[in-house]
Amino acid sequence: MITKKVAGVQEALNGVGNGMTLMLGGFGLSGIPENAIAELVRRNVNKLTCISNNAGVDDFGLGLLLQKHQIKKMISSYVGENAEFERQMLSGELEVELIPQGTLAERCRAAQAGFPAFYTPAGYGTEVAEGKESREFNGKMHILECAFEADFAFVKAWKGDEAGNLIFKGTARNFNPNMCGAARITVVEVEELVPAGTLDPNQVHIPGIFVQRIFQGDKYEKRIEQLTVRKRE
Amino acid sequence: MWEEIPIFVGIKNMALDKTQIAQRIAKEVQDGYYVNLGIGIPTLVANYVREDIEVEFQSENGVLGMGPFPFEGEEDADIINAGKQTITTLPGASFFDSATSFGMIRGKHVDLTILGAMEVAENGDIANWKIPGKMVKGMGGAMDLVASAENIIVAMMHTNRAGASKLLKKCSLPLTGVGCVKKIVSNLAVLEVTPQGFKLLERAPGVSVEEIDNATEGTLIVEGEIPEMQF
Repeated sequence: MITKKVAGVQEALNGVGNGMTLMLGGFGLSGIPENAIAELVRRNVNKLTCISNNAGVDDFGLGLLLQKHQIKKMISSYVGENAEFERQMLSGELEVELIPQGTLAERCRAAQAGFPAFYTPAGYGTEVAEGKESREFNGKMHILECAFEADFAFVKAWKGDEAGNLIFKGTARNFNPNMCGAARITVVEVEELVPAGTLDPNQVHIPGIFVQRIFQGDKYEKRIEQLTVRKRE
Repeated sequence: MWEEIPIFVGIKNMALDKTQIAQRIAKEVQDGYYVNLGIGIPTLVANYVREDIEVEFQSENGVLGMGPFPFEGEEDADIINAGKQTITTLPGASFFDSATSFGMIRGKHVDLTILGAMEVAENGDIANWKIPGKMVKGMGGAMDLVASAENIIVAMMHTNRAGASKLLKKCSLPLTGVGCVKKIVSNLAVLEVTPQGFKLLERAPGVSVEEIDNATEGTLIVEGEIPEMQF
């Protein structure tokens, strides 16, 4: 077995530096790599380009990096719910590239799977298509989108083993599996790190080959953005 | 979802409110459909789908087979919908990653997409993601949805707060997609997008064809007697 286990978040983030491009999993605050984000804040690395579907909220998730002006550019599909983000974007302090959510996911998967680019109909005829090649297939127009290039991918999984095999839970899965192996180094934090041989190979969502470093995370807050419940009868 | 469901009977002389728009759209949902519901009015549609048909709701963050909101205390931060609300799942549900989710959408496996709009043009163009200089939240999954779905219903108010039409000859806001909207259910009417313009299919109870025409900047096609919506 090839082990991917590292001692903790500090060792996991070795090599992260200013000006790098990072992928971060999560949808809203669900399935975000909380431990890696905290360590990025602590290290105060800056001028980062962050590829993440959302930008967190003011005081959690990527909002923590925004507060400290560590992010130079965000590549996201939806950035509501964050006042500081909006302020930095409108003042020009923060560069923002908004792209369709499915395109974001596919640009990750393309990087993971070794495709340099792909055609998608999403965004044809809109601002998103400006400056991009377009081509007709079967009577429908598509635009050419390129795979991402990133230095680190920070992923959150539910369970993982020392070989780097991963299992995700619920909708916390989202972009996390697509980002594994899509950057030069994939760092995974898990709620439960188990010895190799513990996970049923049939149940593994992402094989360890896509993972370079895995560690046991701690103190997960798992904040809920929109708590919505119904009353018992 | 699935709670406090007011049923509207005998609506008279009024434009629909948001729940009533959802109630009317629910009648478009057919047995065996996989349906993607957008945020806002579309989310409410799940409350009104007939109980004698089998339908599965997809949320693009990665779940198929969404159920009602959880009971208080049973919420799980790892199980949410695209509006980031806590949800539950029904028997037969599945979770998947974002690329797979948009594969379902792009690959036309989802039968019906219901979403909101700021503007729709008579050629089926839709704008719903950006107001330059005012509001830039992003398109989320909307561009993927409208570019691929073959069956798109837009839930919207017919006019803005100032009374200006949102059903236009040409969209003024940055587009989300081109020539993609097929049907609109507004607070005033049900309309079909045709090569000739907005074809009026149904009126909200008590709303006249003239009122709908006045609220529609784009070409409105009226053929014969226009029935009132049935609930």
